[in-house]
Amino acid sequence: MSRSVSEALSAPMAGVAATRPAIAVENLVKRYPKGVTAVDGVSFEVAPGTTCALLGGNGAGKTTTLSMLLGLLLPSSGSIRILGVDMLRHRYRVLPRMGFTSPYVDLPQRLTVIQNLLVYARLYGVPRPRRRVAELAARLDFESLLTRPYGSLSAGQRTRVSLAKSLLNEPEVLLMDEPTASLDPDSADRIRAHLEAYRRERGATILLASHNMQEVERLCRQVLIMRSGRIVARGSPRQLLERFGRETLEEVFLAISRHEEEGKIPCQASPPP
Amino acid sequence: MSGITASLNRIYAMVLRYTYLLRGSWPRVLELIYWPTVQMILWGFINQFLVGQSAWLAQAAGLFIAAVLLWDVLFRAQLGVSLVFFEELYSRNLGHLFVSPLRPHELILALLGISLLRTAIGVGAAALLAIVFYHYSIFDMGLYLLAFFTNLLVMGWAIGLMVVALVLRYGLGAESLAWVVIFAITPISGVYYPISVLPDWLQPLAQILPASHVFEGMRAVMLEQRFPSDLFWQAVGLNVVYLCIGAGLFLYAFQVARRRGLLLHIGE
Repeated sequence: MSRSVSEALSAPMAGVAATRPAIAVENLVKRYPKGVTAVDGVSFEVAPGTTCALLGGNGAGKTTTLSMLLGLLLPSSGSIRILGVDMLRHRYRVLPRMGFTSPYVDLPQRLTVIQNLLVYARLYGVPRPRRRVAELAARLDFESLLTRPYGSLSAGQRTRVSLAKSLLNEPEVLLMDEPTASLDPDSADRIRAHLEAYRRERGATILLASHNMQEVERLCRQVLIMRSGRIVARGSPRQLLERFGRETLEEVFLAISRHEEEGKIPCQASPPP
Repeated sequence: MSGITASLNRIYAMVLRYTYLLRGSWPRVLELIYWPTVQMILWGFINQFLVGQSAWLAQAAGLFIAAVLLWDVLFRAQLGVSLVFFEELYSRNLGHLFVSPLRPHELILALLGISLLRTAIGVGAAALLAIVFYHYSIFDMGLYLLAFFTNLLVMGWAIGLMVVALVLRYGLGAESLAWVVIFAITPISGVYYPISVLPDWLQPLAQILPASHVFEGMRAVMLEQRFPSDLFWQAVGLNVVYLCIGAGLFLYAFQVARRRGLLLHIGE
C-alpha cells in the first residue's frame, strides 16, 4: 500500500558514502538579480564510480545545478568540490578531468564530425587525437559518419557524437543533461549501455539530469529529486520505491509533484548529505 | 604537457576550428575578399579621376587606394574578432567551449589570431588586385606598411573585443553593432583627408584614435617621403590602452554572463 508522501519525504535519507565523494555540493544557492531563486540550499554528495540522477519537473533547478557544477554559472553562495578540488576557485584544475553533454548545447554544424572531435581533442590535450577519435567512433558505432557535417546528422547520431566528445578525455566525472532526450528506444538503449560500460571500465562518476525514469532506474545508484530549487527526496531507486510505497520511480515522481500541486506538503530544505 | 604548451595547443585548436570552417565554405572566403576588393576598385577609379584634378593628390598617385586598403585592415580586423565569436553563438557551441579547459584569455588570443588570418586573406587579395588593376603596390611602403598594418590591426582587435563584450552582455540583439560601429569613427579617423580639415572641436576626438595617427603617418610617407615616428608611437600607446580596455571588457562581460547564466542562453 502507498505510504503518504509527507511521511515518505520525512523518512531518513540514504547513507553517506564512506570514501571521499567525487562530487560534494554544500548549501548551493543561486539567486538571480530580479529575486528569482533557482536553486535554494542544495547539498549532496556522489560517491566515486557511481551514477546519480537529478530528477525534477521543468524549472526544478536541475540544469541550473549542473551549470553551476560545470562553472558555467556562478552560485550566489555555497560550495562545490569535484574530485576534491574547489570548483569555484580552481575550476581549470578539474575541468580537464570532466566531461559534459547536453542536447541543448550543440557542436558547430558546418564542421564534419571528425573535425569537431579533433578540435575538442586538442582543447582537452588528448594525446594522439586521431587515434582516440577513431577508437570512440568504432565503439559508439559512427565510423561512417566521421566525414559528414555535424549539422546533417539525425538526433540519435548527434547524441552519439556528443557523447564521444564528452568521452574524448576519458573523464573521471561526467555530467549529462538528458543524455537520451529525443532518441528512439533503440538508440537510447545503446547510449545507456555505453554509459554503463564506461562507468564500469573507467570507474567514472556520472551525474545525469533526466526526465526518463526507466533510464534512472537502470543506471543510477542514487537519485535526487528536486522541486522548486530544493532536493525533496533522495536515495537509491529501491529506497525511494519503498519509502513512497510505489511500484516505479515515475509513480514516486508523480506523487511528489502532484502532492505539491495539491499543497499537501511544504517544500523542504535539503538535509545535509 | 607544460602549462604554456597546453595553452598554445588550446589556442591552436580554436584557430584550427576556424580554418576548418573556412576550408569547407568557399562563400566565406569570397566574403572575406569581396568587400575590400570592391572598395579598392571604387576608390581606385576616384583616385584616377582626382589625380588629374588635384596637384596635392598628383604627388602620390595611389593615396586613396592605400587609404582604403589600410582602412579595410581596421574593419576586417574588427570583424575578424566579432564575427568569429558570433559563429560560436550561432552554432550554440559556447557551452561546450566554456566547460572545456579553454581559458577566456586563450579564446581572446585565438580570436586575434583568426582575425589576423582573415584580414591577411581579405586585404592581401585586394592589395594584389590593386597591382593588377591600377599598377599601384601598397607593398612599396615596405616596413612602414608593417607599422601601419600592425597599428590598425590592433585597433580593430580592440573594437572587436568591445563588440563581443556587448553581445556577451546583451545577446545577439547587439550583433549589428559589429557592422556599424566602425563607420562611426570613419569621419574622424582622417582616412582620406588630414584631420586638420575637421572642426576644431572634433580634432581632439580624432587625436585619441590610433587610426588618425596611422593615416596622418601614411600621408607623410607617401607625400613627404618621411616616417613620422612620433605619430607611430602615439598610435602604439593608444592601441595598448584600447586593447587593454577591450580585453578587460570581454573578461568582465564573461564574468557577468557567468553570474547571470547567459552562457547557455545567449540569443536574441
